[in-house]
Amino acid sequence: MRSGSNLEQALESGRFAVTAEIGPPRSASAERIRTHARQMKGCADAFNLTDNQTAMSRMSSIACAVVLLQDGLEPVVQMTCRDRNRIALQGDVLGASALGVRNILCLSGDHQTFGSMKEAKNVYDLDSIQLLMVLRRMRDEGKLWSGDELEVAPKLFLGAAANPFADPFEYRVIRLAKKIKAGADFIQTQSIYDMQRFERWMSLVREKGLHQKVHILAGVMPLKSHKTALYMKNKVSGMCVPDSIIDRLRRASDPKEEGIQMCVEQIQHLRDIEGIRGVHIMAPAWEEKVPEIVRRAGLSSIS
Amino acid sequence: MIVGEQKPLEEIFRMLSGHERILVAGCRSCVAVCHAGGEKEVSILAEALRLRASLANHPWKVEEITVERQCEREWVEAMGPLVKGKDAVLSLACGVGAQTVQVLYPRIRVLPGLNTSHMGAPDMPGVFVEKCGGCGDCLLHLTGGICPIARCAKSLLNGPCGGSQNGRCEISPEVPCAWDQIVRSLEAMGRSDLLEEPIPPKSWLTARDGGPRRTVIPTAVISEEQRKMKGERP
Ligand code: SF4
Ligand code: SF4
Repeated sequence: MRSGSNLEQALESGRFAVTAEIGPPRSASAERIRTHARQMKGCADAFNLTDNQTAMSRMSSIACAVVLLQDGLEPVVQMTCRDRNRIALQGDVLGASALGVRNILCLSGDHQTFGSMKEAKNVYDLDSIQLLMVLRRMRDEGKLWSGDELEVAPKLFLGAAANPFADPFEYRVIRLAKKIKAGADFIQTQSIYDMQRFERWMSLVREKGLHQKVHILAGVMPLKSHKTALYMKNKVSGMCVPDSIIDRLRRASDPKEEGIQMCVEQIQHLRDIEGIRGVHIMAPAWEEKVPEIVRRAGLSSIS
Repeated sequence: MIVGEQKPLEEIFRMLSGHERILVAGCRSCVAVCHAGGEKEVSILAEALRLRASLANHPWKVEEITVERQCEREWVEAMGPLVKGKDAVLSLACGVGAQTVQVLYPRIRVLPGLNTSHMGAPDMPGVFVEKCGGCGDCLLHLTGGICPIARCAKSLLNGPCGGSQNGRCEISPEVPCAWDQIVRSLEAMGRSDLLEEPIPPKSWLTARDGGPRRTVIPTAVISEEQRKMKGERP
């Protein structure tokens, strides 16, 4: 065990794992995080806290993680490279680890022009792959990237993202391999709507034996309406939403229920794909639905 | 001007290994002024490569050319006959020049023989100092004609930090404190009032942070028709 986190234990034991996302509030009060924690407790092995998602300042992912820990939920802290250089990132990881955080997801982060402070200076001192390298050295060698010894090394389970829907398609598997080489223990994918393309990607992943080197969690995101689906398709970069999904939502008498049902079906499908070790459920501003999705997908065997 | 420095010879030798027919290409503009990539440097480097080839038994066949500006297609197009049949072009222009060559000859490996350092000016013979960071929204009018973005080690916009001492920057006694210079410059022009107003957070959208930049001069853009007349592809 590298970190001894629930998530690591679940994945190492071979049990199909579940993670879910919680969006930190744009607020100086942790009340909403506590509400989500109450609603979602027990429905997933660990809960991702996004890091100033879409480049909008929110409560920090580490602070939210500590709130979850206080309520007995296990966090996955997302760390982006957009806002901090290697000095701040390493310092924050030491702090997070001291406060009980074990799972860290290393991301490049959305460019700040997506957010409400487009004019900000970005950092990107490291990219996501370099962040993995730096954190792995902290964990395995007990050293900062500079080579300075740490008194106590952090215990970490390191994650990274993969997007099978971004281009160039062939490069996506090479990039995944690079993330594994750099230190990723688990992978969470971009939300999957185009199953065909995802299966094509997974077969390339299996061809290279990557599914045996890393735990892959397939990303899903329930859609509320055909309008959200259209928005995802047209406005969110690196997303593929097939027209059949948009049509199905448009025709549905209760689009929300249809969106949940579709997500449940997707999870059931993904479960059967060789090399998929779990799902990562993202339901921004719809967190309260996650327990229902987990239950209906038959994944209720969680701790 | 763009200031560059030739890469260490050993690094250039390593880059060239595995190639045979090599064209060393210089540029007569900025990098010639800073003694890094002009005609003279091209011929010295080409000679060094030939010497190395005979000493180390490399199959290198080295030719040379220097154009007026390697960042402009017209000049680079003229290199065509010499580029033909080469495995590699070792560009002694700045990174812009090297990329222009690569665009025009996509199958050839263009290798950078220089490190493009910064935008600067000669301070005294042989010494070039960074002057501008190309932020795309100049504020020299507020800072006495001295750029705090490029020349202050922290890119501070509201005066010297606590590390400024005796006109030197906290990072090194070798480095002048840009803000010390700004204060003196504004005093000299009788505009110390400009030092009093806090400058709000800057928009970096016009800098690299906003993504790669592109400048369009409407009056200089030629029409589809004119391009066709010049025989260019649409
Ligand atoms: S303010 Fe910006 S444009 Fe002006 S000199 Fe400084 S970096 Fe260059
Ligand atoms: S000492 Fe002067 S130049 Fe150096 S960081 Fe401080 S203000 Fe900037």
